[in-house]
Amino acid sequence: MTKTPNNWTSRDDAMVENMIRRGASRRDLLKMLMSSGVAAAAGGSLLMRASSAVAATPVSGGTLKAAGWSSSTADTLDPAKASLSTDYVRCCAFYNRLTFLDEAGQVQMELADTISSDDAKTWEVKLKSGVSFHDGKSLSAEDVVFSLNRHLDPAVGSKVNSIAAQMTEISKVDDLTVKIALASPNADLPTILALHHFMIVADGTTDFSKANGTGAFICEVFEPGVRSIAVKNPNYFKEQGAYLDSFEFFAIPDNNARVNALLSGDIDYAAAVNPRSSRLLDGSDDVSTLVSTSGNYTNLNMRLDMNPGDKAGFVEGMKYLLNREAIQKSAFRGFAEIANDQPVSPANRYHNPNIKPREFDPERAKALFEKAGVLGTEIPITASDAATASVDMATIVQQAGSQIGMNIKVDRVPSDGYWSNYWLKAPIHFGNINPRPTPDILFSLLYSSDAPWNESQYKSEKFDSMLIEARGALDEERRTSIYWDMQEMVANEAGTAIPVYISNMDAFSAKLGGLKANPLGGMMGYAFAEYVWLNN
Amino acid sequence: MPQSLQPWFLVIQRLGIALLTLVIVSFAVFFATELLPGDVAEILLGQAATPEAVAGLREAMGLNEPAISRFVGWLLGLAQGDLGNSYVNNMDVAELISGRLSNSLKLAGLTTLVSVPIALSLGIGAAMWRGSLFDRIVTVLTISVISVPEFMVATLAVLIFAVWLDWLPALSYGVDVSSLSAMLKAYAMPVIALSFVISAQMIRMTRAAVIETINTPYVEMALLKGASRKRMVLGHALPNALGPIANAVALSLSYLVGGVIIVETIFSYPGVAKLMVDAVSTRDLPLIQSCAMIFCVSYLSLITLADVIALLSNPRLR
Repeated sequence: MTKTPNNWTSRDDAMVENMIRRGASRRDLLKMLMSSGVAAAAGGSLLMRASSAVAATPVSGGTLKAAGWSSSTADTLDPAKASLSTDYVRCCAFYNRLTFLDEAGQVQMELADTISSDDAKTWEVKLKSGVSFHDGKSLSAEDVVFSLNRHLDPAVGSKVNSIAAQMTEISKVDDLTVKIALASPNADLPTILALHHFMIVADGTTDFSKANGTGAFICEVFEPGVRSIAVKNPNYFKEQGAYLDSFEFFAIPDNNARVNALLSGDIDYAAAVNPRSSRLLDGSDDVSTLVSTSGNYTNLNMRLDMNPGDKAGFVEGMKYLLNREAIQKSAFRGFAEIANDQPVSPANRYHNPNIKPREFDPERAKALFEKAGVLGTEIPITASDAATASVDMATIVQQAGSQIGMNIKVDRVPSDGYWSNYWLKAPIHFGNINPRPTPDILFSLLYSSDAPWNESQYKSEKFDSMLIEARGALDEERRTSIYWDMQEMVANEAGTAIPVYISNMDAFSAKLGGLKANPLGGMMGYAFAEYVWLNN
Repeated sequence: MPQSLQPWFLVIQRLGIALLTLVIVSFAVFFATELLPGDVAEILLGQAATPEAVAGLREAMGLNEPAISRFVGWLLGLAQGDLGNSYVNNMDVAELISGRLSNSLKLAGLTTLVSVPIALSLGIGAAMWRGSLFDRIVTVLTISVISVPEFMVATLAVLIFAVWLDWLPALSYGVDVSSLSAMLKAYAMPVIALSFVISAQMIRMTRAAVIETINTPYVEMALLKGASRKRMVLGHALPNALGPIANAVALSLSYLVGGVIIVETIFSYPGVAKLMVDAVSTRDLPLIQSCAMIFCVSYLSLITLADVIALLSNPRLR
């Protein structure tokens, strides 16, 4: 066993691995470790372990058994209906998208050769040639037109119907070219097409009991709510196809059962492991972990149109009263990254790193509350288990408040019905937002004046016009600078306090190589099967 | 009616009542499901459930028909042996259920084979030597087993036998079952966990039923006549206690088909209990109905079987 210092956890391993991936040198890392009190010898062996996990030679062959956390008879191989991680994993194995997001959050071409537009309104998608479906049919423009048009048909029940609605025309130009016209300019189209729902299926497919895609694996067995077995596609269009010979995926909903199955070697991959299990996993040399932070967060919402959120200074005071470090360490046991009150996470390429998270500053908060005239009044906060860790977060705020004479009352309400009865409605409440791929989707869903989920009722005409300008801007620098300004506006003006981005931890057998964190979510953005290998 | 035909008439009467119960249950389940908030279209769409999308999907799935006509349609299909198609994945319900049901029956059968002989002999033994050390040990053990929830037994068993000792697999499905020993290994833990749960009840009931008959005058008479303790219990008391014992066994076993959701979850074993839970959470009516029918049929047939055994073993009812 490698020598590790006390208190060294898989979380720290993952952190070191992430730093190596981001290009930190050995000297930087050793310096960092030494400064945090790790002896040089132990530090060296830690780095060796982390580097060997990052850089290794792929091995072909073998069968991977992986377990997710949810599976039911609603499991589907229809990408339009995919709703859970389980569906995403299977769709990624069997199908391909036109584009995908790499681990840096950059758009890469998959089935598309190029996607181009002069005005961000009319787009031309050129397809790769020589791609074939599992049944032997070659990929052509008809398949893409069919796959995209399906989302507009209400009978399909597509999850991305509202996002697809902006595509007003999807038509074939020639065998390998598709034209997509949008209702209004949107430079994000290549990123939107990387959503898991926009996987390409064969023209005319109505039966999804087996998957006929272009993906790295062929579907051999699919029993909804039970399992799927995939075998390697020998005719895969990518030069480097899957390393695995076959890949079995099923779900073990109980966290302990999932961890136990991994520890006993019955499975090689356990997705979304509860941080509470991390100590159990640290005790085993045969298991490693991958931590990915993809922008999921629980936030404190103060409605700006209701008392006390409408009083100048109150919202800012609450943002200073949030002890982000305590929330990260105790509510999430370290499995979270400190956030700066805006929804675009560091995993997104438009994240603004210049906005520093507010320090925990009770004195400053007190001064602001005094200005707002709320010091001494009772402030109710609605929390529920429905919003991850919100009860813990509310308690942390309550304790900080009691030190400066703020009387914060935590109203804990049941999970059932929370989203329809309290979220968006109570004056101060918690929300939980899943990661979205683009700032445009986040801002139009949550912060524009007409946003359906405007959690704090934030209204700004300037913000709305910036949103439309950025959406149509093809110039990357211009867009980035607008999005940076918008993030600053949200962080300073909106009534939403976002203390941390929540991390996801996957645990897997130490034999597994090739895993990298991805901004789209755990399990390498659900697409790990194609990229990983099993060392003997 | 000739005297000899009377028990058979009673049996036929029982079967008739069972059939009627089945129809009433299916009706009750249908309307209970209708009362649940949300329908399959809303649940399938999840966060994407805009009013237009829901309306379109409902139309496409034929959910706009009145509830009663959908129920009658399903019942007519059932009468012809057609369970319908799942709303959620459009697969044949019979196909969805058949694999799961055979898994459940396999697990239930093995558990029965293990637990019933053990439970009956322990229960009868405890009654025979009432008040002895053996009786007290059995009583204390059964009460502690009743009190420990099955997820605790199952999780501890996995931790000890799969993770620490590495003797048995932590999962029971999808592992190698090609040889007899491999199959025994795969089923060992769920069967033990389930046996714990159902045996305790059977042991307590068996002991109580046998003790009750031991206290009757005719068994006392047998003792006074000079019959041995063994003969007194096995020859005189036990046949008269068969009815209540059969009932206790039937009640415990009926739990094995639909009530083992926790064990199915922990060992990742795809049986019908999990199928029913999935069906309810997605409001998949044809599947809910069919699962409910299966639970009801298995329950009714076990209870009816117990009644028949009680009838035929009791000379006064014969």
